Parts: sequence; structure tokens; C-alpha cells
Amino acid sequence: MKVLVAVKRVVDYNVKVRAKADGSDVDLNNVKMSINPFCEIAVEEAVRLKEAGTATEVVAVSVGDKSCQEQIRTALALGADRGIQVETEGSVEPLEIAKLLKGIVERESPDLVILGKQSIDGDNNQTGQMLGALAGMPQGTFASEVKIEDGKLNVTREVDGGLQTVSLNMPAIVTTDLRLNEPRYASLPNIMKAKKKPLDVVSPADLGVDLASHLTLLKVEPPPERSAGIKVESVDELIDKLKNEAKVI
Amino acid sequence: MSTLVIAEHDNASLNPATLNTVAAAQALGADIDILVAGAGCGGAASAAQAVAGVRKVLCADNAAYEHQLAENVSLLIAELGADYDNILAPATTSGKNTMPRVAALLDVAQISDIISVESADTFKRPIYAGNVIATVQSSDAKKVITVRTTAFDGVAAEGGSAELVAVDAVHDAGISSFVGQEIAVSDRPELTAAPVVISGGRGMQNGDNFKLLEGIADKLGAAIGASRAAVDAGFVPNDMQVGQTGKIVAPELYIAVGISGAIQHLAGMKDSKVIVAINKDEDAPIFQVADYGLVADLFEALPEIESKL
Ligand SMILES: Cc1cc2nc3c(=O)[nH]c(=O)nc-3n(C[C@H](O)[C@H](O)[C@H](O)COP(=O)(O)OP(=O)(O)OC[C@H]3O[C@@H](n4cnc5c(N)ncnc54)[C@H](O)[C@@H]3O)c2cc1C
Ligand SMILES: Nc1ncnc2c1ncn2[C@@H]1O[C@H](COP(=O)(O)O)[C@@H](O)[C@H]1O
Repeated sequence: MKVLVAVKRVVDYNVKVRAKADGSDVDLNNVKMSINPFCEIAVEEAVRLKEAGTATEVVAVSVGDKSCQEQIRTALALGADRGIQVETEGSVEPLEIAKLLKGIVERESPDLVILGKQSIDGDNNQTGQMLGALAGMPQGTFASEVKIEDGKLNVTREVDGGLQTVSLNMPAIVTTDLRLNEPRYASLPNIMKAKKKPLDVVSPADLGVDLASHLTLLKVEPPPERSAGIKVESVDELIDKLKNEAKVI
Repeated sequence: MSTLVIAEHDNASLNPATLNTVAAAQALGADIDILVAGAGCGGAASAAQAVAGVRKVLCADNAAYEHQLAENVSLLIAELGADYDNILAPATTSGKNTMPRVAALLDVAQISDIISVESADTFKRPIYAGNVIATVQSSDAKKVITVRTTAFDGVAAEGGSAELVAVDAVHDAGISSFVGQEIAVSDRPELTAAPVVISGGRGMQNGDNFKLLEGIADKLGAAIGASRAAVDAGFVPNDMQVGQTGKIVAPELYIAVGISGAIQHLAGMKDSKVIVAINKDEDAPIFQVADYGLVADLFEALPEIESKL
């Protein structure tokens, strides 16, 4: 069984991102970039399937400029076998990324595609579902458990009300939620080994995709500031403030 | 111009998130129809008919739609969507699951989690865990949108008299099926709609200690939430997680107990009207967004609060 994992290069989750002074975009100068945390969980799940003998090959793909090869190398260091970079410039919208990933799915014919549920920069939560629709594949989104039974994929999903389990024909798509697994750290020897693993570069044209844009970013701005609060000295003062000042209890 | 709102429901009744989504639809200024797709969903459909300001309720009642499987429902919405300029759903796990498939089938972008409608093609939405607000303009003829429900006051659940239209189209992709679910049952108000929310974090130490929050929640009519750390540690189930990648809440009063205030947590609660933080570390970042901060050991403060309320 072949597993394809989609990984995205994003701002590290510890960075507090700000808008540029002219409001044209966010300021990403000199900020730390990392693999999207949900994609890390996706790689971990794929690697565990391989370690369990269920998967035979794990392929990591990323769409972006040359710098995203760094995140592909991270995936390789975590245990993926080979990488593919789909070379693009500037920002590419989720629908277009899904079209590119569909091109990769057609080339690679994976049995399972694992993506993150959400990229922590754009907070879109779209790409996996879009890929599902374009490729005619079923999806188990926001997964907290994935099991293969009798050729079907059983996915437990984190939903607003609790947990839901669905059974999917394969090939299928999974998007990861936080509780699916706890990703490992790449060891130094594995980081060294990852440098020698194959990494192909393809263009959107190679995949027959003509990139389009549907959305224009008009501006970015900081959210409304909260006015500074106070520290109360005691529980009595807290209850008094809530009753008589804020009038919320 | 017309807008199709996808109802969030459990076949029997309408989830209030639908009312917030209709409010967002009203801001677009077009005629509003609601789609209720389900099985045995007559109850939800008649509730939808009563919603203020709705023209028609389309009811697609078929076994294929019983559990809102995205593979099936997205095909239905994409077909019906041919007649609409806008398709809106709440940004619930159900809306997030289905709508991107709809957008892809229609070959348009999805605009996720909008918090305001600036004009018929321009919307605001938070990005980077709410650290910035983006204004985006869509050039697609059809807009597929999910709505952050806390950003729109729901329309009235009563007072409307929409026409009921049965939809016969059956789309069963046949590639997925429902196996089961574990749905939390609680007498408390629903987290995303509660007027008061009290949340516990890693500082609670274990699941048992969440009882300390329950007594207070009972007195305040509050829902109980949690940080990711509390969920990951297994103190409480996943449906209680508040934050960037959990639920978004904006109650009148939010009480954060033993929560440090990471940006991912703030993303889910900082639009609350009044924020209270109880933390033993006076430098905890949560105090930067709190209207009232109490530096205290929660194991002393919580019983005292409960007894004095
Ligand atoms: C991709 C990603 C997504 C995430 N999504 C979310 C999300 O949606 N929601 C979310 O909450 N987090 C999310 N996080 C996690 C987030 O970064 C923090 O790790 C998390 O919010 C920390 O939870 P906490 O505040 O409970 O724990 P901690 O940061 O460990 O804080 C515990 C606090 O309890 C206090 N405390 C301890 N004992 C006591 C006591 N006896 N009395 C009073 N105070 C006490 C401590 O002083 C401390 O401030 C996400 C992280 C990532 C990487
Ligand atoms: N540029 C990209 N390259 C590879 N995978 C991506 C890219 N963008 C998004 N994805 C995948 O889609 C998931 C969800 O992203 P999004 O829909 O942007 O929230 C991510 O976690 C990735 O697995």
C-alpha cells in the first residue's frame, strides 16, 4: 500500500504574526518557518503505517517555491521514503493546491492520502476535502484514529458533538486532528539520511494544471484590541466586579 | 440574486448555528432559501420554515443524507447550487467537512470562517490564529462560504412562513458509510452558544478536578470548555476544546482557569465580552486579555467562588 502525505511550509506556531504597516499583507520577514503541525501528524501516521507493515511506501509532497524542500526533507527525516516538490511561486489558493495534488494522485496512485486538517497560516481547512471531490475519493476529516479493516478504511473523526466513525472505500483521504498521534522528533542520523533520499521537482504544467486565482487579498489589519483589564485581590472583589461593574452574573 | 443556506440539524430539530448563518446571508441582501438535507428530517424542515426572513425551505429527505456524509451531501448541494449566487453554511465540523467539496465541484474558491460581509463579493476573515484579519474579494460568480457563527447574531427562530419544497434528487456516491458515533449528552448549554463559559486547562491536573468547575457552571448556567492541553491529557473529551483548531466561543462571560493563554487558545475566546482569568502565575499571558485577573491557586479559589455565588 502506498501512502501520499501532503506537507505545507508555514510560519512556526510560536510566532505571533503581525500585519505590515501598509496593511498589504502579513510581515513574514525573518520569522521562523516550520512544517505545519497537522502535516507533521500526517507524516507520523503514514510512517507508523509503514512500521506496522501496512504501508510499503510513503511519499511526501509539498507545493511551493524551493524553500518548501526544507519541509519535505523534514518529512523524509521523520521516515517518508521520497519527496516531490510541485514548484510554484507566490501564494497558491487551496483549490489550486487541490488540483495540483490531484495531478500527483493520478501519477502516483496512492491507496491513502493524508493531509493536515488545517494550515495554521491561512486557517482554511479546505484542501483535503477539495482533493476528495476532485479525485472522487471519500474522506475521513479531523481524524483521531485510522484503522484498515477488510480493505476499508475506518476513520474516527472529532466532530462538534463528540466522535463519529465512518467507513471509507479505498483509495481514501484522511485529514489529521490533534489527537491522531504524537509526532516523533527526527534524530540526527535520520536527518543526515534524509539528505540522500530522492526528491523530484515537477511543475504545474507537468501535471496539466493551469493555475488560477479566485481571491484577492485587499488588506490585512490587526484584530480589535482589548482594553487592559485589572487584577482583583480576592474572590469577593471578583464577584463584586462581575455583579456590579460588568453586570454579567 | 439568491442565497442558499445549508441547515445544521439532527433531522428532528434545527441547530441554532443555522440562525447565525441566515443572519450572515441577510447581509448579502439576496433572497434566502434553506436546504435541509437528511433522513426523516421533516421536523428540522418545519423548524426551518419558521425562521424569520426565509423564502423557501428545500427538503431533501433520503437515507443517503441521514448522517450528512460529505461525499453524498456535497453532490446534492453542488447540483442545487447551480441556481444560487451564494451558498453558505456555518463553520461547524459539518460545514467544514462538506463545503470545500461543494466549492471544488463548482470550481470556485471557498471563503472560510467569515466574520463580516463588506459587500456582495468582499468579506473579512481571521487568519494566523486570529492575529490578523484579512479582507478578501472573490472574483468567482458563485460564492461558497462558511460562517463564523459567533460573529453574527442569529435571526429569530420564529415568525417566518417559508414555502416547503421537496427535493427528489438522490446522490449516493457509494464510497463511504456511517459506522457509529459517541455524542456527548449534557444538560448544560451548548458551548458555542452559551452566555457563560468556564474552561479548565492543564492546571486542573486531572479530569476529576473538572468537578470544581461544574458546581460553578451550575450556578451560572455556564457551558464547560477546555484548553488543548486538557484534552490531549485526557482530562475531558475533544468536543470541549476551545481555540484556533477547536471551537470558537464568544460568550458574555468567559472564565479561564489554569490556562496559560497560548495564542491558539486566545484565538477561540478573545471575542468574549468579559474575560476572567484565574491562574497562580501572575505573568501568565492570559492576564493580558483578561478584564479581571485573579492570581490564585485554583484549588482554593474555585470552592470559594462556588460557595459565594
Ligand atoms: C497546531 C496547534 C493547534 C492548537 N490548537 C489549540 C486550540 O485549539 N486550543 C488550545 O487551547 N490550544 C491549542 N494549541 C495548544 C497551545 O499552543 C497550548 O499548548 C495550550 O493552549 C496550553 O494549554 P494550557 O494553557 O491548559 O496549559 P499550559 O500552557 O501548561 O498552562 C497551564 C496553566 O495553569 C496554571 N496553573 C497550574 N496549576 C495551577 C493552580 N493550581 N492554580 C492556578 N493556576 C494553575 C499555570 O500557571 C499555567 O499558566 C494548539 C497548538 C498547536 C501547535
Ligand atoms: N502548499 C501545500 N503543499 C502541500 N500540502 C498542502 C499545501 N497547502 C495545504 N496543504 C495540505 O492541506 C492541508 C490543509 O490545508 P488548508 O486547506 O490550507 O487549511 C495541510 O495541512 C496540508 O496537508
